[in-house]
Amino acid sequence: MATEDVKLIGSWASVYVMRARIALHLKSISYEFLQETYGSKSELLLKSNPVHKKMPVLIHADKPVCESNIIVHYIDEAWNSSGPSILPSHPYDRAIARFWAAYIDDQWFISVRSILTAQGDEEKKAAIAQVEERTKLLEKAFNDCSQGKPFFNGDHIGYLDIALGSFLGWWRVVELDANHKFLDETKTPSLVKWAERFCDDPAVKPIMPEITKLAEFARKLFPKPQA
Amino acid sequence: MAERSNSEEVKLLGMWASPFSRRIEIALTLKGVSYEFLEQDITNKSSLLLQLNPVNKMIPVLVHNGKPISESLVILEYIDETWRDNPILPQDPYERTMARFWSKFVDEQIYVTAMKVVGKTGKERDAVVEATRDLLMFLEKELVGKDFLGGKSLGFVDIVATLVAFWLMRTEEIVGVKVVPVEKFPEIHRWVKNLLGNDVIKKCIPPEDEHLKYIRARMEKLNIKSA
Repeated sequence: MATEDVKLIGSWASVYVMRARIALHLKSISYEFLQETYGSKSELLLKSNPVHKKMPVLIHADKPVCESNIIVHYIDEAWNSSGPSILPSHPYDRAIARFWAAYIDDQWFISVRSILTAQGDEEKKAAIAQVEERTKLLEKAFNDCSQGKPFFNGDHIGYLDIALGSFLGWWRVVELDANHKFLDETKTPSLVKWAERFCDDPAVKPIMPEITKLAEFARKLFPKPQA
Repeated sequence: MAERSNSEEVKLLGMWASPFSRRIEIALTLKGVSYEFLEQDITNKSSLLLQLNPVNKMIPVLVHNGKPISESLVILEYIDETWRDNPILPQDPYERTMARFWSKFVDEQIYVTAMKVVGKTGKERDAVVEATRDLLMFLEKELVGKDFLGGKSLGFVDIVATLVAFWLMRTEEIVGVKVVPVEKFPEIHRWVKNLLGNDVIKKCIPPEDEHLKYIRARMEKLNIKSA
């Protein structure tokens, strides 16, 4: 294929941008990474995503694609003859992967985020309990989907690995903030091992942000009220 | 390879007045797939529903040869990938992406915002109506020059957006405010007429009188004044 004109509007700290980047790396697609400045939105972002005005936006031959999971689908389908398949091949497995990816965004992440925005100890405790419960479901989902293999997608990382794995940096930041381990050898043994393998994957390692940098950024995004 | 063998078992756990359930019926009917419809009482959830969708405990749930799939958009993609006659998603990767984008927009933006109109009054309601109209403008623009959101024929986004045509717009007289007036949204009104010209749509949407009666009864139960 001739050099495609591929741009990605995003930021180093965004979970959703990371999903798009992992997918591009898996397919060995070269792209221009246009980093947004924190606190302002570029003209290009506003023009390419007039509906949501959010990153990531993939621009392929001048056509914008928005929404991280939709971008990952697009990358898999538009470059279906190169690199590994990101979505599983069987329709039922695809449905299961899509179901859990939607669960992660619509439910699991909402409860994780509410730990960071919790006002007071009671709210925080309740948020932590909810994340614990929801993470247990993800541990079971991993065991069901992986069937003894290293990733949700089987032998190689795929759609659902990317959907959850992109959160790992932020998840660690939340654990530090809450002083509570969610990924734990006794409670979630499968996910602990999976997380290590995921972060070590060559498509992931170069772009997983450093925890200290993320924690510092988190303090900017979620300032603590002055005592 | 036979796609519709006599031993194929398709069941749908749904609810007659739910837009999320009806969209599945539309897709199955468009593809000529026979299915057994199992009407669910969502106020008193059956053990079957809880067993088949233990995570979200919601309808619709499609059960294909004993295997359950939940989340309406996930189910729609599964149906399209499993029964290949009369495709509802376009073939081109970019167009598929746009179909997924707009469908998500209908469910996560239009639906969520429009729901807030119910039960509000005065300035608060005006603000939500304005917000809903701003979102609907995107659909209005998408319809210019097209018979359907899918183009020349009914597609994925049309099926999902029946929520707008036959739920949002139907409840206008009950809620007492024209959220989608024809002067502001001529394309949407034209599109609704086109939908009603389709036999499958006509067959699969809830009968209007019964539907309006049901909505009034529900609002009464929730102590919301209807017009």
